[in-house]
Amino acid sequence: MRIVAENLSYVYSEKSKSLAVQALSGVSVTVESGEFFGIVGKTGSGKSTFVQHLNGLIKVGKDKGKLTVGDFDLTDKRCDYRALRSRVGMVFQYPEYQLFAETVREDVAFGLKNFMPDLGENDMEERIKTALELVGLDYEKIKDKSPFELSGGQKRRVAIAGVIVTRPEILVLDEPAAGLDPKGKREFIALLKRLHEKFVKTVIIVSHDMNLISENCDRAAVFSGGRIVAVGTPKEIFTDNEDILSDGLDLPLTAYVTKRLKEQGIDVNNDLTEEGFISAVALKYGGGK
Amino acid sequence: MALLEAENVSFSYDKKNMAVKNVSLSVDEGEYVAIIGHNGSGKSTLARLFNALLIPDSGKITVDGFCSSDKNALFEIRRRVGVVFQNPDNQLVASIVEDDVAFGPENLGVKREEIGERIEYALKAVGMEKFRKSSPTRLSGGQKQRIAIAGVLALKPGILVLDESTAMLDPQGRKEILEVVRKLNAEDRVTVIAITHYMEEVLHADKVFVVNDGGIAMQGTPAEIFRRAKEIKQMGLELPLAAYIAEKLRQRGVPVPEGIMTEEELAEALCVLLPKI
Repeated sequence: MRIVAENLSYVYSEKSKSLAVQALSGVSVTVESGEFFGIVGKTGSGKSTFVQHLNGLIKVGKDKGKLTVGDFDLTDKRCDYRALRSRVGMVFQYPEYQLFAETVREDVAFGLKNFMPDLGENDMEERIKTALELVGLDYEKIKDKSPFELSGGQKRRVAIAGVIVTRPEILVLDEPAAGLDPKGKREFIALLKRLHEKFVKTVIIVSHDMNLISENCDRAAVFSGGRIVAVGTPKEIFTDNEDILSDGLDLPLTAYVTKRLKEQGIDVNNDLTEEGFISAVALKYGGGK
Repeated sequence: MALLEAENVSFSYDKKNMAVKNVSLSVDEGEYVAIIGHNGSGKSTLARLFNALLIPDSGKITVDGFCSSDKNALFEIRRRVGVVFQNPDNQLVASIVEDDVAFGPENLGVKREEIGERIEYALKAVGMEKFRKSSPTRLSGGQKQRIAIAGVLALKPGILVLDESTAMLDPQGRKEILEVVRKLNAEDRVTVIAITHYMEEVLHADKVFVVNDGGIAMQGTPAEIFRRAKEIKQMGLELPLAAYIAEKLRQRGVPVPEGIMTEEELAEALCVLLPKI
């Protein structure tokens, strides 16, 4: 499913003169099916408001632009939000705080029962099992445990299982690695990559972590003051783009060092992933000897 | 004598699994100490032991001569050790910034006139004096966390413990907090104990303790610690990204010098090594 936003705007508390906040102004962007897409920007730049539009948590206002997700037209009053939400999975920040059921199995089943009440008992169990295994948990061992006796990393995996259990085509995650220690973070990103390869078509991550974005995303959009100020590959976004920096965002380490070298007349052209950067530097060093 | 000292401290929440095992460490007045470890390593338990929210099962914690196992000393210890926790939204109690900062000193029975002075000092120290009459709910995460720090500073604690206080903040907010804390340490001689798993936050510390499985696995300066890349990795931690990339480059035959920890240092080293064409 392709996401197409055209001239999308949103104002919080529009009817109040004193409290009205323009959160989005004329956002246009296309996310192709199959992309690993990043959304970056400072706090208050409009990125959360934007992603909450994608599954209809925030509805497109009248004369506030157009938004389609696959065949779903979100400006159409007859849009089937229930069907949309089972196709676009949304994982919020610290999703482990949203676990509530007595057992892991019930927690994962909750969304599924709501979205697909007609599903048979066997199909349902099969889907729960698949979802838990996809996030790297042992179904038999964990299904009857209380979510609250699990470790932080396991809880987060259970929360993701509860979203992918409806088999969404698009998975949106807000700060997926926040609060995890370095090893937990690396494992979690590897999990997202695996899900992207095998299970969900499109992954959209919202993050402040520029290194995470440059390392993993095919393309990314930079939000600032409710607008998209840059969209493209990490290389396109983080090269020769001083206006992004002026907005208080950091460059990824690879982009920073590449830029500093270029200022000294040393060109290590690379895609700004760790591996791409290391290869380019090693090649440059070897070639100069 | 050390300002804060732990001697063979052990603690268990459930009397079965040890959260902290036989930890001994000392922190001197004016030091900036970092404690790192993976999730569940026991580092937050240590923070709670330091200000007597938890009492050791065995061993003892002494702060400025007061032992936390002595019930009569709890008040004195908590006055001296202020803890700022992870979530800014869980730590603010009042609807106006100045009331929030005043909450601690009011509880200590500080005189009214002096409370005014302390609010002024604390808000100025964290660069939030303009927000004295604001509502905390309207502030950003970094600003809220600075108010939480001000609330602790108003108690004039001597020791500031930050228990992953930047984990929920965006990069801007994280920078704000680090600047404030470094300034407090350098200018006001506040002793800082920073508990974190952001390796970049460790670089400015005088001394680093690595906690693993409830015990102290390593201690030393940041440079000494990050030289032991293999052990760091075995403990579920990582080098700062610049140090990690420098090591990968060495493995690929680029002779980047040891000891690089920041992106600036990496850029400078490569400027010297690479040919200008």
